[in-house]
Amino acid sequence: MTVPNLVGAGLIVIGAGIGLGKIGGSAMEGIARQPEATGKIQTAMIIIAALLEGLAFGALFLGK
Amino acid sequence: MEQLLNDFSPGLFVMQTLIMLVLIFIMAKYAWKPIMNSVEKREEGIKDALEAAEAAKKEMQNVTADSEKLLREAKVERDALLKEAREIKESIIAEAKEQAQVEGDKVIKQAQATIEAEKKAAVADIKSQVANLSVEIAEKVIKEELSNKDKQLKLVDDMLGDIKLN
Amino acid sequence: MRVFKRSIDLAATLFILLFSIGVSANSSSDEKEEGPVNTQEEVEGYILHHIKDSHDFHIFSYTNSEGERKHIGFPLPVIVWSSEGLVTFMSSRFHHDDSGHQVVEAGGTRFVKLHSKIYELNSGADEISFDEGHHPVNAHKVLDFSITKSVFGMLLIGILMFVWFGGLARQYKSKQIPTGFGRILEPLVIYVRDEIAEPNIGKKYRQFTGYLLTVFFFIWILNLLGLTPFGFNVTGQIAVTAALAIFTLVIYTFKGNKDYWQHMLWMPGVPVLIRPVLAIIELAGAFLIKPFSLLVRLFANISAGHIVVMSLIAILITMKSELTVFGSGLLSFVLSLFITLIELLVAFLQAYIFTMLSALFIGMAVAEHDHGHDHDEEVDAEDVRADFI
Repeated sequence: MTVPNLVGAGLIVIGAGIGLGKIGGSAMEGIARQPEATGKIQTAMIIIAALLEGLAFGALFLGK
Repeated sequence: MEQLLNDFSPGLFVMQTLIMLVLIFIMAKYAWKPIMNSVEKREEGIKDALEAAEAAKKEMQNVTADSEKLLREAKVERDALLKEAREIKESIIAEAKEQAQVEGDKVIKQAQATIEAEKKAAVADIKSQVANLSVEIAEKVIKEELSNKDKQLKLVDDMLGDIKLN
Repeated sequence: MRVFKRSIDLAATLFILLFSIGVSANSSSDEKEEGPVNTQEEVEGYILHHIKDSHDFHIFSYTNSEGERKHIGFPLPVIVWSSEGLVTFMSSRFHHDDSGHQVVEAGGTRFVKLHSKIYELNSGADEISFDEGHHPVNAHKVLDFSITKSVFGMLLIGILMFVWFGGLARQYKSKQIPTGFGRILEPLVIYVRDEIAEPNIGKKYRQFTGYLLTVFFFIWILNLLGLTPFGFNVTGQIAVTAALAIFTLVIYTFKGNKDYWQHMLWMPGVPVLIRPVLAIIELAGAFLIKPFSLLVRLFANISAGHIVVMSLIAILITMKSELTVFGSGLLSFVLSLFITLIELLVAFLQAYIFTMLSALFIGMAVAEHDHGHDHDEEVDAEDVRADFI
């Protein structure tokens, strides 16, 4: 792995981390506001997190 | 990307595809289909049973309501019957009392009439007897007078002493 | 319970059978193999080696009193399509060599194994030679249909699934409610149907349950198998996840209805000039990005999990000098236990996500669009989402 690769990977991880944090935080807020919708919120959260994860992994592997 | 492509093994890909195809086919035929069918049948059965239970409950409620209504009606009818009976009883008693009164009055009146009649008869009898006695006395007095004056007087006295007016 | 016991019996019998073959085949192993793993570099090499597929079922190695390296495990058949046609031989003929030095002559041509890949030596070459980038110059890769460790694992799981779920299906013939192990499996099946298939696909979910259930249990059980000490890494093989993703791609491509294609190629309510541009994006999304995200996610998660667990176990070796044997052992035990627990969750989560996204993509392709709604509203939320997948 070269230095630019590592920097790129770090940027991807930062971006993905911010995204995941926002998803998780919003989901927690949503659950706290409406505990009866926990199941639905969790499902949606997992799907969006999975999509984000796919994007991040795609980028990581493109750079590998 | 390069390493990914390098790691990619076409042979494994082919094997996986074959295994997956066979597995999907076998599992769908011998496992998922029967499982799904049975689960759905059971769920259908449970739904039906629940619906039947609900219907039975409703029926039961209807029956209970009906019987309650019947009971209430019967009670009302019984009350009415009892009331009627009481009324009839009272009216019968009243009637009987009245009749008895009337009868009693009649009997008393009759008795009074009889007593009156008897009294009248007795008085009449006494009157006739007194008349007869008077006549007899008079006869005897007359007879005595015919023989002895003293004796006649004495006789009258005796006679008068004997006779008690009853 | 009976089915469960029977399946365990089956697995055990299979295992003992193969094991006995393996031990006898391995008694002839030579001493050309590298010794125990001690340094950081060797640990890295070992981990990277483990992440790859292998041609024999290797459980552990030890050096006996004569200094001879012994391997416990059993060989698996190698089936390759070479220039001479289909060639088969047992992997024990490579004698656990992975550096390309052991040449095997079979079917009229010569093979070597290099980094878990079978290479065929070009005609005339007796030994493999490398260029400066450690790429072989006189050998080429062959199409390798071997029963590798991954294929072995898949077959094992396939049989296991058939025994378990076939047994569950057979139970329903005599009774309404399953007993024993079926009582654990049935709620899982219902979970997949009610939480994954039906909400994402809609009314037409029934015809896809076969695929979704198979894929869900296949991935989940293989992920769990990867956490056992036998060292399977089936769902961490990119070829395996690629095949699974392509299954999903094929299903939603061929089951897609008119609406799906219309929204993808010539979407209503969008200015005509923009339509071709959007169509290209949509096509790329449907045929490249969606399957690629599916395959890379599963592959990367499982591989990363294996690397992390093994690295944490390797703390035992790499930090021995700093922390003493006891300290490094405790640290590695605590950390790897913790990560393994998370990996248990990930094993389920990845199977769930793969199945869920497959169901979602299939659901998008077969959804009956409500034509009552006007197409003038900017873009469907669904389409926006599809662009990002």
